[in-house]
Amino acid sequence: MHVIIGLEIHCQLNTATKLFCGCSTDYRDDPPNTHVCPVCLALPGALPRVNKKAVEYALRVAKALNLEVAEECEFSRKNYFYPDLPKGYQITQYDRPLAERGVVEIEADDGTPKEVRITRIHMEEDPGRLVHKSGRDRAGYSLVDYNRSGIPLIEIVTEPDLRSPKEARRFLNKLRNTLEYLDVFDGEREGAIRVDANISLEGHNRVECKNISSYKGVEKALTFEITRQKNQIARGHDITRETRHFNEGRGITMSSRSKEEETDYRYFPEPDLRPLRVRDWLDDITLPELPDARKARFVAQYGISHNHARTLTGDMKLANFFEKVAGDDPVLAATWVADTLLGELNYRDMRIDRVPPAHFADLLVLLRADAITDRAGVDVLRVMLDEGAAGEEMELPSAVVDRLGLRKAAGDEFDEVAAQVVEAHPDAVADYQNGTGGALNFLVGQAMRKTRGRADARDLGRRIKELLENKEA
Amino acid sequence: MAGTYHFDAADRHNAFITRVESAAFGDGRLAGIPVAVKDNISTRGMQTTCGSRILKGYIPPYDANVVELLREAGAVIVGKTNLDEFGMGTTTENSGFGPTTNPHDPARVPGGSSGGSAAAVAAGMVPMALGTDTGGSIRCPAAFCGIVGLKPTYGRVSRYGLIAYANSLEQIGPMGRSVADVATLMEVIGRYDARDSTSYDRPYTHALSGEIRGMTIGVPAEYFGEGVDPAVAECVRNAIATLEGAGAAVEECSIPSMEYALAAYYVTCTSEASSNLARFDGVRYGPGVGTKRSWHDEFQEFRSEHFGHEVQRRIMLGTFALSAGYYGKYYAKAQVAKENVRRDFLRVLKSVDVIAGPTMPTIAFRLGEKSDPLSMYLSDVLTVPANLAGVPAISVPCGRVQGMPVGLQIIGRHFADEVVVDVAFAFEQEGSACM
Repeated sequence: MHVIIGLEIHCQLNTATKLFCGCSTDYRDDPPNTHVCPVCLALPGALPRVNKKAVEYALRVAKALNLEVAEECEFSRKNYFYPDLPKGYQITQYDRPLAERGVVEIEADDGTPKEVRITRIHMEEDPGRLVHKSGRDRAGYSLVDYNRSGIPLIEIVTEPDLRSPKEARRFLNKLRNTLEYLDVFDGEREGAIRVDANISLEGHNRVECKNISSYKGVEKALTFEITRQKNQIARGHDITRETRHFNEGRGITMSSRSKEEETDYRYFPEPDLRPLRVRDWLDDITLPELPDARKARFVAQYGISHNHARTLTGDMKLANFFEKVAGDDPVLAATWVADTLLGELNYRDMRIDRVPPAHFADLLVLLRADAITDRAGVDVLRVMLDEGAAGEEMELPSAVVDRLGLRKAAGDEFDEVAAQVVEAHPDAVADYQNGTGGALNFLVGQAMRKTRGRADARDLGRRIKELLENKEA
Repeated sequence: MAGTYHFDAADRHNAFITRVESAAFGDGRLAGIPVAVKDNISTRGMQTTCGSRILKGYIPPYDANVVELLREAGAVIVGKTNLDEFGMGTTTENSGFGPTTNPHDPARVPGGSSGGSAAAVAAGMVPMALGTDTGGSIRCPAAFCGIVGLKPTYGRVSRYGLIAYANSLEQIGPMGRSVADVATLMEVIGRYDARDSTSYDRPYTHALSGEIRGMTIGVPAEYFGEGVDPAVAECVRNAIATLEGAGAAVEECSIPSMEYALAAYYVTCTSEASSNLARFDGVRYGPGVGTKRSWHDEFQEFRSEHFGHEVQRRIMLGTFALSAGYYGKYYAKAQVAKENVRRDFLRVLKSVDVIAGPTMPTIAFRLGEKSDPLSMYLSDVLTVPANLAGVPAISVPCGRVQGMPVGLQIIGRHFADEVVVDVAFAFEQEGSACM
């Protein structure tokens, strides 16, 4: 049974001011109702005025996702009553959206490239936010915060081209990444992205899951829905065509009994705004290098693997970081950033921007000069990141190496350790000479312990073997 | 010269909802001149009700653009005038603050919806006032009260701060005792404002001229058709003859699309109104909504209680016209009809400079006379076409019938507000036809 998924994604654009007034969009740490004016509070008589920057941002997205931009687009009113919607209607776009018919390439579950068609992109304003007194003693009222009212959003609608929750997730990652490359979106802002997903099993009714507000949530909600729908069908039940809400905390979708879905939005053209001749604006819209192009360039310019290039360019900040530290040995840098650093960051739930590129470059220099072993390199990195995670200033790797004496054992010390180990374990030496395979590894392990990882295991193995052969002779 | 104005004129006709006793004024074109402002235009610090109980006690924290301009010009805003609730009416009887009466006969209505502004001027309380005109709301009361009223070209005056009834049709405009007063007031308020996206950068600057020789005046048959009181028609024909005598050529013409104008108008304005008025939910302004029951229950009751009957009727009409399955039948068709009216006017106004006819089909009604909403709506038939077409139209007193004033309406090309004002001025100079 094929799974059929289509997404409607709402993204907040990171303009400095709101879509229809001059209020600042940077409200997240501020008290409620402090980023408001007559327009976004819907005081009687106030009129909307389109923020050109927001239109430009939306056009960037349209262009990057290969959409056909309308000659002229128009705002419409979507009428419904809800206390977070101060005008009693939302200014959005309806039958004359900004752009239609685009395509985004992602990787299908089998690793082959696949095109996801984009139906349309339109602009709209975010409503305010209801705040409920939380905790056990629920208040018998709601509070409204209009700081969010009028934040510019784009809604991106896909065709039902996605075939699994993982594909949906990959599509969203690609989308988010593209939006960040376009510098129109800050995915780390709380509530910056909200997704409605349409999902059906081939031959059965479609269910709409609303209210998904995280990337992980989309995958979870879809996975839950597929299981639920399959179970329904297995039990011989029909799938009800309905709207369900995703409960992020419980990881389940629930049928919404609200009357909302029956709402007739009574769309009509917004008489307070003129249509926008957006195609005329297109010439002035220039795009930066996008993820796919950057990936190709990384392979060509730095000679790194496709996998590394994909990982690195899959996050703009990571790619920027890599380019700062690539230096003389980009292959080494790619391995250390994509494989080691990324894992350590994820483990600590840390962001790449917390790592000073100069520090990391210093570590790469030590590795490249063979001054420390890979294992010591990982240790140094961990020390550094732990300091960062604790809010302390990060030490330079060379300082960590010196402080902990991690410089690679070499010369006399190296020979001495090898000799000591051979001396201290006559049994193992005998085993070796009797041809017991594990004996050499044991001796190398002992030597590694003695140097606390500062020596290269292969080098040690070679040296100990030399000593043993000499002993035999 | 700056100073303080004391406003002590008696309000015998309930023209004002809110008035100030004294106010300081600055220098400027209108220094020290008392101006009344219709109460659907936001005034900072001064109650603004739209004639509705639902906004009782609402004090805007900001000035409408036109009010800013008035203050900059040194005008004294002496108060807020009565209107049909949210501008929905032709008589100023539908006000939550009681009806305004006509200074020429207190048993009659002043017209509406800017009846308070018209009565204030006609009663001599103020020389000029601001009205708003969605389907005749400036011109109708100007005609009924014997004063001058201009509905400017759509987009010529900023609507920022005007509490909209029907955004796509409505304009703020000047009302006054004389054409010169109206022109002066128009020069003050006819300014581009970036906060209104439908505003055009075509500032009104004008040296009045009564010279109309060589002008062609079109007289559409539809303006003298069924429903127009023959005495009113005669009075207006005489007025047009006066203009002919002053050197203008008169040409019969026809605007066939007028047949659909009223229907197109009522569908459009009620649709927009149903959406505009959604914001009055008792949360942010006006009397507070209860918090005992669910939001939907409380605010439904709140709106039923605080909106007047005519407002509720129009909200329901508009909600219906926009609803799924009916949009194409009503709203979309109304837009087509609106476009046809506009084209008809453009066509006629290619061969004539202005169009002339009566402002209203009758003289002012008696209070309570138009109890049937439909017959009330029909009386807007001569004023709504200019709103649908977006063209400027002025009403200037042209005589009396049964002792009540009659208005001559002059309609011009887009942005030719100066021309309609000049024609009105020429008529005013020539004197009334049958006074």
